[in-house]
Amino acid sequence: MEAAVSTADSVLGSVLEPILARHRRDPVRLLQILREVQETMGHISPAALTAIARALQLPRARVEGVAGFYSFLYLEPVGQYRVLFSDNATDRLLGNLELMATMCQKLWVEPGKVSEDGLVSIDTTSCTGMCDQGPALLVNGWPITRLTHQRVNEICELIRARKPLAQWPREYFAVADHLRRKDLLLNSVLEPGAALRAAIARGAEGWLAEVQKSNLRGRGGAGFTTGVKWEACRNAPGTDRVIVCNADEGEPGTFKDRVLLTSYADHVFEGMTLAAYAVGARQGFLYLRGEYRYLLEPLEGVLARRRADGLLGANVCQAGFDFDIEIHLGAGAYVCGEESALIESLEGKRGTPRIRPPFPVVKGYLGRPTVVNNVETLAKTVLVALEGGENFSAYGTAQSTGTKLLSISGDCAFPGIYEYPFGVSIAQVLEDCGATDAQAVQVGGASGICVAAYEFQRRIAYEDVPTAGAFMVFDSSRDLFEVARNFVHFFAHESCGFCTPCRVGTSLLKNFMDKLADGHGAKYDLADIEWINRLLKNASHCGLGTSAANPVIDTLVKFRPAYERRLQSLEFEPAFDLDKSLACARRMTGRDDPQAHLSSEFSSEESPR
Amino acid sequence: MSAEKKFLLDGKPVTFNDGQTILEAARGAGHYIPHLCWHPDFPAHGSCKLCIVKVGGRHVSSCAMPAKEGMEVESNTPEMNGERRALLQMLFVEGNHFCPSCEKSGNCQLQALAYDLEMLSAHFNHFYPDRPVDASHPDVLLDFNRCIFCELCVRASREMDGKNIFALTNRGIKKHLVVNAESGRLGDTDFAASDRAANICPVGVILHKRQGFAKPIGQRTYDEKPISVVAMECVKATEGAEEVKS
Ligand SMILES: Cc1cc2nc3c(=O)[nH]c(=O)nc-3n(C[C@H](O)[C@H](O)[C@H](O)COP(=O)(O)O)c2cc1C
Ligand code: SF4
Ligand code: SF4
Ligand code: FES
Repeated sequence: MEAAVSTADSVLGSVLEPILARHRRDPVRLLQILREVQETMGHISPAALTAIARALQLPRARVEGVAGFYSFLYLEPVGQYRVLFSDNATDRLLGNLELMATMCQKLWVEPGKVSEDGLVSIDTTSCTGMCDQGPALLVNGWPITRLTHQRVNEICELIRARKPLAQWPREYFAVADHLRRKDLLLNSVLEPGAALRAAIARGAEGWLAEVQKSNLRGRGGAGFTTGVKWEACRNAPGTDRVIVCNADEGEPGTFKDRVLLTSYADHVFEGMTLAAYAVGARQGFLYLRGEYRYLLEPLEGVLARRRADGLLGANVCQAGFDFDIEIHLGAGAYVCGEESALIESLEGKRGTPRIRPPFPVVKGYLGRPTVVNNVETLAKTVLVALEGGENFSAYGTAQSTGTKLLSISGDCAFPGIYEYPFGVSIAQVLEDCGATDAQAVQVGGASGICVAAYEFQRRIAYEDVPTAGAFMVFDSSRDLFEVARNFVHFFAHESCGFCTPCRVGTSLLKNFMDKLADGHGAKYDLADIEWINRLLKNASHCGLGTSAANPVIDTLVKFRPAYERRLQSLEFEPAFDLDKSLACARRMTGRDDPQAHLSSEFSSEESPR
Repeated sequence: MSAEKKFLLDGKPVTFNDGQTILEAARGAGHYIPHLCWHPDFPAHGSCKLCIVKVGGRHVSSCAMPAKEGMEVESNTPEMNGERRALLQMLFVEGNHFCPSCEKSGNCQLQALAYDLEMLSAHFNHFYPDRPVDASHPDVLLDFNRCIFCELCVRASREMDGKNIFALTNRGIKKHLVVNAESGRLGDTDFAASDRAANICPVGVILHKRQGFAKPIGQRTYDEKPISVVAMECVKATEGAEEVKS
């Protein structure tokens, strides 16, 4: 017994030691350490938590609290093969749930459980950013796209044969860029360093002025003016400023940052360096969502090349400033895209949004002035440096200068990335992507706006329909209630749980939508849904909560029949279903005959839809 | 320069010093704004949202928002109290609160606020979560069924006791407290009944053993006076802590 324990200890030690050493036993790197332990051991055992806490001199409870926050960290054993089906509304359109059911059946495992032999576990996960080539899944963190029944069958065979992932067909893991419409950014060719040299020639202040002239606004959702943000950080008291590139890209239906990081990584890193030059930062982070783990090595390669070329590190471009970039990986938490939650996560903590003010530009990473910008925003600063602010602002509309990348998916012939000058109409975009029968478009992701056909003349711009880039098309055969229900489940799953309205409100909302889906809804429930929306909007601590009811409210207003069709009575109807609550007793007694059910009047299975 | 800075709270002028939040300034001036996660001995936490007020048409958390000259703050209005009531209802349905059998009844801030804001029913469907109690410690019982996640115990243990006994794990509606032991049991930590963290819970989670119902329900703090009155008396009496030692 003793011997067994000490072998387990030494196995644990031999796994932990190199990881801890690589991260210099720095508690700020806790999340990175947990991720790597998980990658090696499959899950993080109680003993591992204790050992990590001891090594970092952190309270064990805090380490457990961090590990428990992130979806991709497991505190209990999972399958040797962990399969996670992406479960965005667009994956649903492509039949992801049927494929998952098939896989579960073939491998004898229930969703969310581990197979008895410990070989495999299968579950769903929030949008993995492969909507243009779905249905998609992650196996042990690696994406597989374009799933078909045949591909699922093959995967089942490979798993049964216990083939290591490295021996699976390479084409499974191919991720295409699908660049369908190129404009200023996607057409630009950057000779690494050229934009930096152009900025340096203007001097830091001249360069900042150029960014302000461009009127570039953030592409991550909020649309804050980049030049103003940079200036605020530059002027904030303190030293050791920090630049963070937000590559969390968790908004369902968004995948343009993935493509930029795949094929325009030099633009992104050069943009970060341009930001560092403007504000006087020495340290940079790329916060890469866990779903894009497969991009880590290629991106590290680009960083290494840029270091070798003198574009990163000490004395960048021989201009007398130092700047370097580190990549931090997320671990499955949409809220970490919110800039202050992201900073908490970078510091190795739970991804809980901070109280603001103070804003990150004043007090960000480790209390230092910090700029957080979206991937696309930073890539666009390269254009400003090369072409000048005025030329940049000549594109687009008055309040929305330049171009916008759209991630188009759903019911259209040509899903993928489209770059348009701001101001393009939704109708134009639909025509270009081959969506001939669109009933609605969800612009800006789950937290965005559901645009109905009668609004297709509206324009993509901050002054009309703003968007971080998602553009999901739903044709006339689709049930928009189910789309909204999918989004509500997403928000309930991703709520960080910090504040009361969102922690409880998103789950209440989810239960109401499920009640309606089960055919138990009443008018009364619609009023409650609207009330919860108000509480979420007014009282939530961050943007996740404030926008969590958007998809429901939008579709309630614009597609009300999809809801009313489901109302059982126009008055009150209890959520409690007496017959359903006897299901456990039926299972225990092995009965399912009519006598074991309450009269059909009360039973859910037979309720009218 | 020496002129006093003021804002308006429900139409009444309130003076404040730079750096004070709306809630602090209001309290100093004798005006009660409901709150649960805020505590005078700690920086603002901002999670319960009971303290929401409207400033220039926008909702803000008054415990965290710095007061500014000339602000017009709405707090004690039917609209704000209606939203606060709904937030209380959310806190009630997400846990398991059986007030008549709870040792904290009458000394509980959640219950007291529900009375004060005239919450007559839970309105929403109960979640009935499964949260086992932890009776492993010789002197203190943990009944997680009543936790409202104010993190006062987490903060007190970390910042005052220097022990880090508590932390939160998981997220969303599955968020819950854990204690600092591999066994997960309070009895395996160095927690003591005299810790500040053992005496700060606003609801009935952290309870001292062998003291049950020493004072009968009906004669306790908030049985005698509403929380809005007790809270303001505490400001006057101590200018400090207002938690109730039961
Ligand atoms: C719940 C939530 C999730 C977010 N996710 C992202 C994200 O994945 N990527 C992103 O760039 N911004 C995201 N944001 C916006 C960021 O908080 C922040 O505004 C943005 O990164 C700033 O960069 P920008 O000015 O370049 O747009 C999110 C915001 C919220 C409230
Ligand atoms: S709104 Fe939701 S995600 Fe944001 S802090 Fe509150 S609970 Fe967390
Ligand atoms: S146990 Fe009490 S003090 Fe601690 S978080 Fe829960 S309600 Fe707050
Ligand atoms: S008292 Fe302000 S959020 Fe709790």
